[in-house]
Amino acid sequence: MNDEKYIIVKNLKKYFSTKRGKLHAVDDVSFEIKKGETLGLVGESGCGKSTLGRCLIRLLDSTSGEVLLKNKDNDNYVDITKVNAAEMKALRKRVQIVFQDPYSCLNPRLSVWELIAEPLIVNNIYNNSADMRKRIRELMDTVGLAERLENSYPHELDGGRRQRIGIARSLALNPEFIVLDEPVSALDVCIQAQILNLLNTLQKEFKYTYVFISHNLSVVRHVSDRIAVMYLGQIVELCDYQELFKSPLHPYTQALLSAIPLAKVNVKRERIILEGDVPSPIEPPNACRFAGRCRYACDKCRAGAPELKEHTPGHFVACYRAGELEK
Amino acid sequence: MSENKLMLDIKDLTIYYETDAGVVHAVEGLNLQLGRGESLGLVGETGAGKTTTALGVMRLIPNPPGKIKSGQIIFNGENLLDKSEHEMRKIRGEKIAMIFQDPMTSLNPVMTVDKQIAEMIKLHKNVSESEALKLAGDMLELVGIKRERAKDYPHQFSGGMKQRVVIAIALACDPELLIADEPTTALDVTIQAQVLELMKELKTKFSASMILITHDLGVVAEICDKVAIMYAGRVVEYADKESLYLNPIHPYTNGLFRSVPAIDEDVDELPVIPGLMPDPMDLPKGCAFHPRCAIAEAICAQEQPKMCDFGNGHCAACHVMAKRHGL
Amino acid sequence: MNENTVPELVKRKRRGAFAEVLFRLSKSPLAMFGLAIILLLIFCALFAEVISPYSPIKQDLMHMFETPSAEHWLGTDEFGRDILSRLIFGARVSLQVGFIAVGIALVVGGMLGAISGYYSGWLDNSIMRVMDVLLSIPQTLLAIAIVAALGPSLMNLMIAVGISAVPTYARIVRGSVLSIRSMEFIEAARSVGSSDLRIILRHIIPNSMAPIIVQSTLGVASAILNAAGLSFIGLGIQPPNPEWGAMLSGGRQYIRDFPHMTLYPGLAIMFTILALNFLGDGLRDALDPKLKR
Repeated sequence: MNDEKYIIVKNLKKYFSTKRGKLHAVDDVSFEIKKGETLGLVGESGCGKSTLGRCLIRLLDSTSGEVLLKNKDNDNYVDITKVNAAEMKALRKRVQIVFQDPYSCLNPRLSVWELIAEPLIVNNIYNNSADMRKRIRELMDTVGLAERLENSYPHELDGGRRQRIGIARSLALNPEFIVLDEPVSALDVCIQAQILNLLNTLQKEFKYTYVFISHNLSVVRHVSDRIAVMYLGQIVELCDYQELFKSPLHPYTQALLSAIPLAKVNVKRERIILEGDVPSPIEPPNACRFAGRCRYACDKCRAGAPELKEHTPGHFVACYRAGELEK
Repeated sequence: MSENKLMLDIKDLTIYYETDAGVVHAVEGLNLQLGRGESLGLVGETGAGKTTTALGVMRLIPNPPGKIKSGQIIFNGENLLDKSEHEMRKIRGEKIAMIFQDPMTSLNPVMTVDKQIAEMIKLHKNVSESEALKLAGDMLELVGIKRERAKDYPHQFSGGMKQRVVIAIALACDPELLIADEPTTALDVTIQAQVLELMKELKTKFSASMILITHDLGVVAEICDKVAIMYAGRVVEYADKESLYLNPIHPYTNGLFRSVPAIDEDVDELPVIPGLMPDPMDLPKGCAFHPRCAIAEAICAQEQPKMCDFGNGHCAACHVMAKRHGL
Repeated sequence: MNENTVPELVKRKRRGAFAEVLFRLSKSPLAMFGLAIILLLIFCALFAEVISPYSPIKQDLMHMFETPSAEHWLGTDEFGRDILSRLIFGARVSLQVGFIAVGIALVVGGMLGAISGYYSGWLDNSIMRVMDVLLSIPQTLLAIAIVAALGPSLMNLMIAVGISAVPTYARIVRGSVLSIRSMEFIEAARSVGSSDLRIILRHIIPNSMAPIIVQSTLGVASAILNAAGLSFIGLGIQPPNPEWGAMLSGGRQYIRDFPHMTLYPGLAIMFTILALNFLGDGLRDALDPKLKR
């Protein structure tokens, strides 16, 4: 893997207006994604990870900030949040998404064939039906769907196969960058393992860059090169996956890791039980978002929000006390 | 285990759903025992028949299309299948209580939470309204909700708090058996940790028996003593937690354990169980797992394997493993 | 891939969405009864000339006010016209009015509803407030006003009945579009670059059909009833053309002495409405995805 910066996100914000005020779904997030890597995005429900994923490929318009995507043929970047509709349509071929719920992300009235053909038809990829036929067969084969399923409808298939259709659709346009929004959360463990292996094989073969969004830490660890932990619209920690599990710096990450129920017996570990619930993302105060539940919080944490800083090379954390708490 | 110590003894339970498209063999000759004060984890994938089994014990199978075809459910020495609906109503809630998966929909949105708990108490105990409300307040405190919040409506609580209320309702009449159907699946990891901690605490306090239905082997490891693995409507392995986790026998159990990505080791490809769960309308002959099994032999396609004791009450239903152990 | 190396266990019956609905519809005897009556009526309307024993408008003053007999199965009216023949030809008019009026309502209301549901905001607001104003006027009154303004004729009758039903359809389509629009597959279609038009035509409309089909079936019934009502008060089909409502109206003055003149058109209207309602209810159950397994 080369260290080329493929996507640069700068001060990205996404606010939704609600009756009770502005909901800060994604609040001033900056990070980079390298070419060919998998960036894991973890956090609990409502932390803004799905919103962030959608802003990255402009399925949602962001409130402010930039998402710079490196051009295919030169070293310049295009700001995906600012391009016009026609340019965006061209960019759609390069950035794609796989959705969480394989039950609701497929139109129930379309057959497998029609579903996979849709991206090809919409973008006028083929003007001859034989070529398109060949391409659809090839895609079905790539994601492991038997040819005889091509006339089936989604409700006749199980979750794993439906997710394969979703993956085939996103691969159809030969993208470079794919946002995987909880692609295995709705699946049983055995099927989950099959899909994770498929995504892995595809990445090796086609050199995709992934953003893998999930709330399941062990799944994220399995697929990611680097992991970003989100809490209430902000990234609180970002580093290499092994480093994150070995020496988490942010108190939230520590609590999150200790909360994973392990399928093991006779393993003793200290569990950090967080008090209370995630506070409301509507008009949050200017303070560390985690301060209210953090057992290390001091006055400084309640007075202003810490920035995401590089604590050790490649290990970013947004916590005033990160250095002190290491031991 | 002597007969009289058993709290629940399910013998050859068979439950079908008769639909237009065919007969769904949801539970097929299931045998399960639960001792007093024990907690049993019932583990399996979607469609394995876990929830149907639980609803069968509660005699809450929707009919039509569901039907208990045969078998016995002996609870405290009496067969629940012989009880009249009137007698069952007395047992439900008072003797056997159930916690459902989704806390969002299992509470009545137009009733304050203390009233919902009090309703349960009044149904089964001869107490006045004010006494019931007082007891309801006690129950809320027991599950970690302040008494001041008793007059709040469910929508004013977060997901984790709602699940606490649901637990309070279930425990309100001090049931002998608690059936929890995926109680933490809808919750975030850190909230799940809180609820699991609470359940562990209450388990010792109430000394009730518990059946915990889940697909998550990690959750079972947290709070259960015994584990039963279900596949295609049958229990394929049953043992003490330690024995089963350290020494799984059935190839399906093995596959299940290996499919979960670990949080402390790297693997490039997850070992998977090939194929899919069989169609419950068209179960394969012999052992239902044999088409997906790596060690299957000729006999597996012919004959339904019997549960064999592999020592110390560790039972599994597998021809090949039984032969290897000389049983 | 792993999946294909394993012998396939799951064999599923392949049935198209349409066949699936028909299959489930066939399980309801009432709906099948309704369907049979509707098909019979359509057959009568199509082949009225062939099957009706007499001309519906030819007067025969020798046989006025005849009660049912072997010659005139349902008797004759005040001008000696055969009631059965008039009913058969009347079916043509009634069905025409029913289907075309609902067609008008569906196209206009459906478009307004789809636009308003898809592009919420001010456009949605303005369309729906106009619809609310129309809804606040009783449907029959609205139809009377329109047909009175345009003048009585078959075409105007259909327009009046159709327009008066537009708000109902606009509301249903909007509701249905709103619920479909929030589904993830709409977002999925957008993520591969589909245009708004394609999303509406290919994804939203086919998925919002179920409640609309049901409402249309029931709507045909109320349109027929509405048209009969307008004809009854003289604003619909003009004599001597046969129409059930007008026949009812014509027989009204002789109801004491010759009740058969009002009885048969009344029964025709009743059975048609009943049949359409049975069919509509059956369709609703057949299309309800919750019953799907």
